[in-house]
Amino acid sequence: MRDQFLPAFSFQNAIIEPWSLYFDSTIWIVTMGFLVAATCGLIGCFIILRRMALVGDAISHSLLPGITLAFLLTNSRDTLPMMIGAIAAGVVTVALIEAIRQSSRIKPDAAIGIVFSSLFAIGVVLISAYADTVDLDAECVLYGEIGWIPLEDRIVLGGHEIGPLPVIRMAVIGLIALGLLLTFYKELLVTSFDAGLAASLGINPGRYQYGLTLFLSVVIVSSFESVGVILVIAMLIFPGATSMLLTDRLPRILWLSAGFSGLYGLLGFHLATWLDASIAGGMTVVAGIIFTLVWILAPKRGLLVKFVFKSHSKGARTSSIETQAG
Amino acid sequence: MATPVISTGQSSKVFVPLEIHDLTVAYSKRPVLYGIDLEVPQGSMVGVVGPNGAGKSTLIRAIMDLLPVASGWIQVFGKPFKKSVTRVGYVPQRESVDWDFPVNALDVVLMGRYGRLGPLRRPSKIDKEIAMACLEKVKMHPYATRQISNLSGGQQQRVFLARALAQESDLYLMDEPFAGVDAATEAAIIEILRDLQNQGKTLIVVHHDLTTAPDYFDRILLLNMRVVAFGLTKDVFTFENLQTAYGGRLSILSEVALSRAQKKLEGDTHENISE
Repeated sequence: MRDQFLPAFSFQNAIIEPWSLYFDSTIWIVTMGFLVAATCGLIGCFIILRRMALVGDAISHSLLPGITLAFLLTNSRDTLPMMIGAIAAGVVTVALIEAIRQSSRIKPDAAIGIVFSSLFAIGVVLISAYADTVDLDAECVLYGEIGWIPLEDRIVLGGHEIGPLPVIRMAVIGLIALGLLLTFYKELLVTSFDAGLAASLGINPGRYQYGLTLFLSVVIVSSFESVGVILVIAMLIFPGATSMLLTDRLPRILWLSAGFSGLYGLLGFHLATWLDASIAGGMTVVAGIIFTLVWILAPKRGLLVKFVFKSHSKGARTSSIETQAG
Repeated sequence: MATPVISTGQSSKVFVPLEIHDLTVAYSKRPVLYGIDLEVPQGSMVGVVGPNGAGKSTLIRAIMDLLPVASGWIQVFGKPFKKSVTRVGYVPQRESVDWDFPVNALDVVLMGRYGRLGPLRRPSKIDKEIAMACLEKVKMHPYATRQISNLSGGQQQRVFLARALAQESDLYLMDEPFAGVDAATEAAIIEILRDLQNQGKTLIVVHHDLTTAPDYFDRILLLNMRVVAFGLTKDVFTFENLQTAYGGRLSILSEVALSRAQKKLEGDTHENISE
């Protein structure tokens, strides 16, 4: 139990000291938070547009048995076996959801629920039975913690230290995501908007669906260490969803998502420092607060604008509702 | 992959735009279309007419290789669809897409250029000019930067049509382009379709308004899981054929409309003769 529910906010402790006294860890933690949110957010925009958000949630949960099995088989926490285990789990998840949907009268949302909860449960059983005492900690997999990422392993390139291994790895994956997105932008756009047209243009929608799902697995597994399999879904959805409330042009949505990701990383870190809490949790709370603010205050489509506009156009009726609400 | 040799105009003279032989399409072993034989001559404007569930959209989707074919074959300009993609333009049903998608009208029309661009290339300034010109043809250029959910149903349909124009194809497949549009849009669309036909393009249009079908199309494909009749409108659009296609479902209203339409058609024929 904490001494007090809400510790007193000290500008010195929560804002200044992390940068003045612990600059070297602070900069990498905040950068990591930004990279995770931006990479997830970038791919998340397309996940939202394709109404695959639930599939993303399913994949992130089913990664648990995948990485646990990979860990048990190789007895190591190396990235490569984990990545392979996670991608395999992602493919199995999507294949199972499709199989159930096509061969029974179960609707997609129920099929997703069935598949990911059972795979997740297998993961929980495996971890608690075989892997709990060793390196693979269920809590770490579920919630992640950016504060615990190892910062000692520095990558050195041409005599210059460029940064800790996990951060550089995330940056590389983020850059690959950005590169793939720019390369296949028009294909992703047209297969997301109108699969029929895409096919008639000779762009195979199934191939892009599959590719996106595979890459989603890669992004999720590279993020779970930092934010865990549960909060990764927040990083997939919040940046894109918040941006979509502000603009209706896809390129702007993508850039705004990156901007919001930076805010999540920075503000989330300071919130967590102030409350001495989980950074991933802090980032998600910040994401939720920013979403709520935008939802209410967005200049064109915010609740407030809609409300004011409405009460202007239909004066008497709305004002009576207003008094009721007040 | 080597760039495919760009086909010259000759092939379109040798091969018909669409040839279907003994086609059967089934959804989980239940046939939806069977024994379809069809040869659509170049420059025709075919109305695909039939009751709900007759397989009209299925036929369009099968032509575009979006559905597994149980038996038979389809050739587009003498080749499998995949080798003729750039010669086929498509207008899907309006409800088939999410109109809240964060793109504007010009973005949607530009998608029509993607097939010609091929992988790794982005739309150029010329593509954008072509897209704008296509929007202008459907009188939607003032709305180019409007987000598509802020367009009316008729305007959305015009944007879809502009996109098909941007595909610069020789064969157009359209799934109910007149569904839920206002009279002005319907008139504008039919004008554009006739214009395409005059340029020698071939159009296959799913249509479910029997009263306008004989006015709009020079050929009719009456479909009800199989081909009930296919040919020139005046030969095919008979009461007997329609009754076969629609069974008992042809309502009195349609019958009245039909007799009116038939009279009009006869009138047209007389005019033609007198000319």
